Amino acid sequence: MSAAQGAGAAPATTAAAASGAGGIGSAAQSLLTVDRLEVAYPGRGFRAKPARILKGVSIEIGAGRTLGLVGESGSGKTTLGRALLGLAPVTGGRITFDGRDATHASRSERKRLSRDMQVVFQDPYTSLNPAMEVGAILAEPLVVQGIGGTEAKKRIAELLDQVGLPSDSIHRLPREFSGGQRQRVAIARALALRPKLIVCDEPVSALDLSTQARVLDLFLAIQQETGVSYLFISHDLDVVRHISHEVSVLFRGDIVEHGPAEQVTRDPQHPYTKRLLLASPVPDPDRQAMRRRERRELIDAEAAADGTAAEAGPGGAADAADAASAGHGPHGSTTTTAASARPGGSERSDALRG
Amino acid sequence: MTSATRSAGQTGEVVRPNTLRRLLRNPLGLISIIVLGVLLILAIIGPWIAPYSQTHADIAASLAGPSADHLLGTDSPGRDVLSRLLFGTQLTIFSGLLCAAVAIAIGLPSGLLAGYYGGWFDSVAGWAGNMLMSLPGIVVLLAVRAALGPSVWISMIIFGVLLSPGYFRLTRTAVQSVRNELYVDAARVAGLSDGRIIARHIFSVVRAPIIIQTAIVTGVAISIQAGLQFLGLGDPGEASWGAMVNEGFKNIYVAPGLIVPPIVMIGLTIGALVLLANALRDALEDGQKVSRKRRLTDIATGAVTMAMPVVKTGGSAERTAAPARGKRAAATVEAGTEHHLVKVTGLGVGYPQADGSTKHVVDDVSFHVDRGEVLGIVGESGSGKSQTAFSILGLLPDNAEIIAGSIQFDGKYTVEPGDTKVDQARVRPLRGKRIAYIPQEPMSNLDPNFTIGHQLARPLRVVMGMSKAAAKARAIELLGLVGIVDPARTYDLHPHEISGGMAQRVLIAGAISCEPDLIIADEPTTALDVTVQAEVLDLLRGLQKRIGMGIVLVTHNFGVVADLADRVLVMQAGHVVESGDVRQILRDPQNPYTRILLSAMLEGKEPMTMLTEVGRERAGARA
Amino acid sequence: MLSFTLRRLGAGALLLVVISALAYVLMFASGTNIARNILGETATEDQVALKQQQLGLDQPLWQRYLGWAGSALTGSLGRSWFGSEPVAQTIATRLPVTLTLVLTAIVLTAIIALALGVLAATKRGWVDKLLQVSVVVGDAIPGFVLAIILAFVFAIQFKLFPAVSTITPNAPASAWLLSLTLPVLAIVINAVTSSAQQIRSAVIRQYERDSIRTLRSRGLGEGEILFKHVLRGASPAGLTVLSLQFIGMLGGAVIIEKLFAIPGIGNLAVTATQLGDVPVVMGVVLYTVVIVVIVNLLVDLLNGWLNPKVRVA
Repeated sequence: MSAAQGAGAAPATTAAAASGAGGIGSAAQSLLTVDRLEVAYPGRGFRAKPARILKGVSIEIGAGRTLGLVGESGSGKTTLGRALLGLAPVTGGRITFDGRDATHASRSERKRLSRDMQVVFQDPYTSLNPAMEVGAILAEPLVVQGIGGTEAKKRIAELLDQVGLPSDSIHRLPREFSGGQRQRVAIARALALRPKLIVCDEPVSALDLSTQARVLDLFLAIQQETGVSYLFISHDLDVVRHISHEVSVLFRGDIVEHGPAEQVTRDPQHPYTKRLLLASPVPDPDRQAMRRRERRELIDAEAAADGTAAEAGPGGAADAADAASAGHGPHGSTTTTAASARPGGSERSDALRG
Repeated sequence: MTSATRSAGQTGEVVRPNTLRRLLRNPLGLISIIVLGVLLILAIIGPWIAPYSQTHADIAASLAGPSADHLLGTDSPGRDVLSRLLFGTQLTIFSGLLCAAVAIAIGLPSGLLAGYYGGWFDSVAGWAGNMLMSLPGIVVLLAVRAALGPSVWISMIIFGVLLSPGYFRLTRTAVQSVRNELYVDAARVAGLSDGRIIARHIFSVVRAPIIIQTAIVTGVAISIQAGLQFLGLGDPGEASWGAMVNEGFKNIYVAPGLIVPPIVMIGLTIGALVLLANALRDALEDGQKVSRKRRLTDIATGAVTMAMPVVKTGGSAERTAAPARGKRAAATVEAGTEHHLVKVTGLGVGYPQADGSTKHVVDDVSFHVDRGEVLGIVGESGSGKSQTAFSILGLLPDNAEIIAGSIQFDGKYTVEPGDTKVDQARVRPLRGKRIAYIPQEPMSNLDPNFTIGHQLARPLRVVMGMSKAAAKARAIELLGLVGIVDPARTYDLHPHEISGGMAQRVLIAGAISCEPDLIIADEPTTALDVTVQAEVLDLLRGLQKRIGMGIVLVTHNFGVVADLADRVLVMQAGHVVESGDVRQILRDPQNPYTRILLSAMLEGKEPMTMLTEVGRERAGARA
Repeated sequence: MLSFTLRRLGAGALLLVVISALAYVLMFASGTNIARNILGETATEDQVALKQQQLGLDQPLWQRYLGWAGSALTGSLGRSWFGSEPVAQTIATRLPVTLTLVLTAIVLTAIIALALGVLAATKRGWVDKLLQVSVVVGDAIPGFVLAIILAFVFAIQFKLFPAVSTITPNAPASAWLLSLTLPVLAIVINAVTSSAQQIRSAVIRQYERDSIRTLRSRGLGEGEILFKHVLRGASPAGLTVLSLQFIGMLGGAVIIEKLFAIPGIGNLAVTATQLGDVPVVMGVVLYTVVIVVIVNLLVDLLNGWLNPKVRVA
């Protein structure tokens, strides 16, 4: 909770990150700096230990850049995004946005921050109020900032054009749109105030493959046109590689690897990232067979290394192997009980969002 | 600012006129609204239009029948029934509304607060609500009557307090379900205050249920107070329907007609309220149904619009063959096809719609699977791939219909040409013995009320006829086989005590427990993390080799197909667009739709480049 | 499970204390001169003062409550102000009648509603439509009106059953049976449709679960799926409905007992209320709440036993 505590945990987590952070990260001027961020939810029940979701995470995003944040369920990736937006309780560390401290922003500071920091959520079906017309949804962030009348109307028309939706969409309800179109509405809402940073929380993982391609194109085009920065959160290494300049890999509340997108996603150094890469299947039977073999070899090698090292440690090689599957429940399914049983295993949003 | 706020306010209520219109279009809804409107007017003007005062007694005219002076006759002290009915209307309607108002005034704000903020207030209010709900209302009202006197207003206020937990729970549940919706998060990120979030996003959700609840509560209040008045516990100075029923009941032998007017009024009022609540509920549910339906068609049409116009060439060769066959080809299958494990021919699946049409979700699909072979069915949402798989299992939803084609399993028809439903008598003996199923969501596919062991062992006993001990031993063996570390301990756990990855292993263990010939795997790894997915794929591949079973693998992921499948079937909007050997389809797709799907794969693409034609155009235009 | 049981018991005891205190305060808050009520208008001031002292009405309220609660713990609920009989004894002779009435009604309601709800959920068709219509009709007719209609038709017109109860503690079983048929019928008809409707929805919701499809895919029969998996899954909803119905019946019994002149505690409560006989009303309230607490506890335990996930929460 205190800075000292955070600093204590820091070296272990940033060791891998520091090596990769080098060149590109410092080339652009930093827009967002997150320093040893900690998030913990109070434990359920009397005298329960708080669940530590993030254990001192540091990231940095330059203007006009994209940081890909990759991890599996329970890694804390969604929580990190929510903490930036003020939707998760920060218990330690510091968030600096555009030169100002945004760690514990009040509601009025949040209102000011919302001009520069916006969000696109994963599920396009629950991120838009089903009872509101698209026009009203897009007007919401404008109204909060005191923009109304013809100015708002003009801006909404611009936004619809920018995300490739017909201009008559304003009088339609979200349910009249497909998943991809809804996600376009959500992107338009995020763009309404011309933000400097958009936190994208798994924005394409609920979409079909071909829809995903079109939405990714849209993200890229918008960045090229407006110079907005993205924090792009995803479980999919391929998606992150495609859209990011740099990538950070999150594993159980710690960043285990950080570096340029190409390097981290094609030639990872940390064993976990390696496993993650080799686990993702490729669309060719022969190359996939090769990848399978490599993965098997890596796991066998790790197990052999663990077998000698872990005898004194808790559990054993076998337990550890199963923990790899047990700890990371299915992505977005309801494994709250099992997941929360181990520290850092209950990523609040992932558990709730389903 | 103001105009934008106003326009936002207008559009926020866009659902309401629809609901109201649907309500008025329902004859019962319309009638109930008219009846209640008339009653309300009578309640307001009743005392003015009543010919006599409510206590005016004409002893000479005791228990008189209807006459010009007394349109509905008189009661035993000679009071005018019509006048008393009108005074009673005011008393009943107003006090009933008072009761509902009190209940709303307590339940709604507390429910909003408890649902939105949670915490100690939620706990305390929840406890108080439970307490109030576990009190028998009439007994409490008797105590109140004994203590505070016979006033119907006081008892209805107290009754309102007793009924407030209904509103509290309703509001709290609605708010809680909305509070964690992402659009409320988005409003928070936009900087909206809590008050405005509640007003804009949350209140609109509880509005309709509150109206329904109010209709019900007012009905209950009127029923209860009439009951108390009937017992003689009402205020003797005031005319009331309940007291009039009592009066009629006492004189039932002398003047049997006396009891009728108050009972008609009570029945009419409560009946109209109940009908209103029902009609309103129907109107709301219809609205949801329409939107759900629309969402389904959206997905389908969305897929159609993005596809190329040349798409529908796929299975046309077989299309002509399928309908030509006679209706009763009976149980003998096409010669030369018996050796296929499964053969699906010209299959069509549809859902009858309210307007009499049928919505086709699977159209003219043909394929076969041989023993030891893995067939991947690939497609996006709405492509009909899961429906195809479920029709092999015979587990389509009740309202689904087979509209064309046939399915044969191991040389026998499970769906004969001309059948409109899967013949359960033929499929049931196969399920769990020769055909097995691996579902998508591991957690929701285990029954939370039974142990893992029971859910594995029970089918072994029922289907394979094993003894209890043998089934248990076999189940533990199976758990070990699918890579669960401590099978004996896991056997006694409940589903909520294991992780999703383990749950999927348990489901696979269940599917292979009878060493089936065919497994239908519906997106078996989609709900899992990538690292877990790789393990589950390894497991499936190993088991498939070992048991030599055929697999129908339904998935949207070409990587999973490449990992497991021997042959591939690509589906789009209910049709097969392409099929063939896995290498041929993945490396050299012929169909434009398959190409679009494969080109959307990110693996091996140059990062930060456009993936679609539209994207490239946009980037080009700017450059 | 033990701590779960203890927690529920604690909550029940707390409920009892809060309700009895509330009721006690309420009884004496109205400020009407109780002694004057009992003695009538003709009594002198001295007589009234003496009566007040006899009843302990000159003591502060909290002291009186503690005294009452203390003796209630030992099983004594004081004496009726209008007769000399101890309240506990009065209630004890009448409670069996009410319990017979209400328990018979709830058991019948449970059986019929379950059968009807399951039938409507699984068969749909005309059974379902009939249920939907009867739910609306059933909700629209207040219990006592239905009872009046039943009494009028079967007791007054056809004289099949007595219109006025012939039950006494030593009456033969046939008298009980005849006297209770119409009242039970009135209560059951009033409760059964809405219970069946809610059981129907719970069963349909269970059938829509993915796990049911998976069980079918394993080759289990429809009977086993319905009776073991669906009904068990629907049991929390069903038990909650029935426990609320039971509480409603305890209240509804007041009117029904009065209507058919059944000597139960409901009838007693009405008479005592009209007289202002505070100890008797308090006794009835207390007994009712105890019954409610016991029923809720049983329902909770049953739920915990049937649904392992409930025990954890």
